[in-house]
Amino acid sequence: MSRAALLVLADGRFPAGGHAHSGGAEAAVKAGRITSAATLEDFCRGRLHTAGLVAGALAAAAVLGVEPAALDAAADARTPSPALRNAARRLGRQLTRAARACWPSPELEALAGEFPRGAHQPVVLGLAARAAGLAPGDAAYCAAYECVSGPATATVRLLSLDPFDATGVLARLAPELDRVVDRAVEAARRAADEGVGALPAASGPLLESGAEWHAAWSVRLFAS
Amino acid sequence: MDGVTAAGVRASSRIVARADGRGGTALPVLDGEGPLALRRTRASGGEAKVMVVGAMSGPLGGDRFTLAARVEEGARLHVGSAAATLALPGQTKHEARYDVRLDVADGGELHWLPEQLISAHGSELQVATRAELGAGARLVLREEQVLGRAGEVPGRLTSRLTVRVAGRCVLDQELACGPGAPGGWDGPAVLAGHRAVGQLLVARPEFAERPPIARMLGECAALMPLAGPAVLVSAVAPDALLLRGLLDEALALLGP
Repeated sequence: MSRAALLVLADGRFPAGGHAHSGGAEAAVKAGRITSAATLEDFCRGRLHTAGLVAGALAAAAVLGVEPAALDAAADARTPSPALRNAARRLGRQLTRAARACWPSPELEALAGEFPRGAHQPVVLGLAARAAGLAPGDAAYCAAYECVSGPATATVRLLSLDPFDATGVLARLAPELDRVVDRAVEAARRAADEGVGALPAASGPLLESGAEWHAAWSVRLFAS
Repeated sequence: MDGVTAAGVRASSRIVARADGRGGTALPVLDGEGPLALRRTRASGGEAKVMVVGAMSGPLGGDRFTLAARVEEGARLHVGSAAATLALPGQTKHEARYDVRLDVADGGELHWLPEQLISAHGSELQVATRAELGAGARLVLREEQVLGRAGEVPGRLTSRLTVRVAGRCVLDQELACGPGAPGGWDGPAVLAGHRAVGQLLVARPEFAERPPIARMLGECAALMPLAGPAVLVSAVAPDALLLRGLLDEALALLGP
């Protein structure tokens, strides 16, 4: 299969609905915790090492063939916020539709049948990468990058932040992203041998409570 | 106690609570060791009460503590601690480990309500708490971490909490903070400068049918129904007192 499939899957314009989500940035902006490129960078760094690491490991484990239902349950246990679980499933459902159109595979069909309301997005991402013939690290890169690019793009709209500054944040995080992906793939390989308990469970308390706070607003720009 | 070695103290303490057949709870095993002394205090109703008393300072770098409690069918146990636990640097460069293992059988009830864990400057501690519950078990578990004594730069603390109900994992969360932790731990996604962080986990079989509704307690604490018969209250606060207030408020909301 083609390595260029990674570019298709990682493209921000891939029709999987990610643009409607801020990755917690909308709540952090409203709380006054993201006010600038520097605080955006700190937010993204924290999200990368917590939710990003977990998402990367889930996606890589799916590529390695760990059972999707077990990964989905592991994602549930690592996502205490019901608002975030709902968002992850909505995104998972949309990604399943897009992936089935791009890389039809019996595994994606089975997933769609087993999770009509959507599986957690990183699990779907991993299965899509597997169907496209990509490697575990490729899927982890997609998941980890998405977890910082979403908030960065959203903050451009929320704060009218200079897009050059927001993209600069992503560029500065690149070396850390490499390390997070290495850890995610290593954990995914352990999970393939020892079970999903070996997956990382890093968490950011303010990401979880912020998502609940955000879900209760009557007016918001982003879905999560 | 396995002993005090150059590498640190090894200690493990065990509690077993068993229904005594007369509506009360007996403690056939109450094995405290070294730094983790156990004292039975006055029971109330059918519930046995145990206090963990820190008999030595620590955990210090290199120490390995294990604390296990098993609540058998129909037994009710309440465990508290006499004082906060203070993680301190040791003479070795090794980190300290503190493992807590809780097992609650169907029809058993455990209230695990220790005082805060304070991460002092220069300390390095890994805490792992694993709770295994039967389908009909009840659990109230509180964990509070305080980053540094007043005005102090904290040590490095990693704390993982895993809860399984009827063999299914309903919560697996790890928080890493302090100097040397992965980046962003004090930033807007994780703690945002707050120095007290806590979790209250309440598992009740009736939550399977009627889960409590998610709600906020202030802007930095949320009560969240998990994917299973349990709720998590996750809170960050400027200090330990405000944190306790939030967790107490949440517990009151959930009712007895």
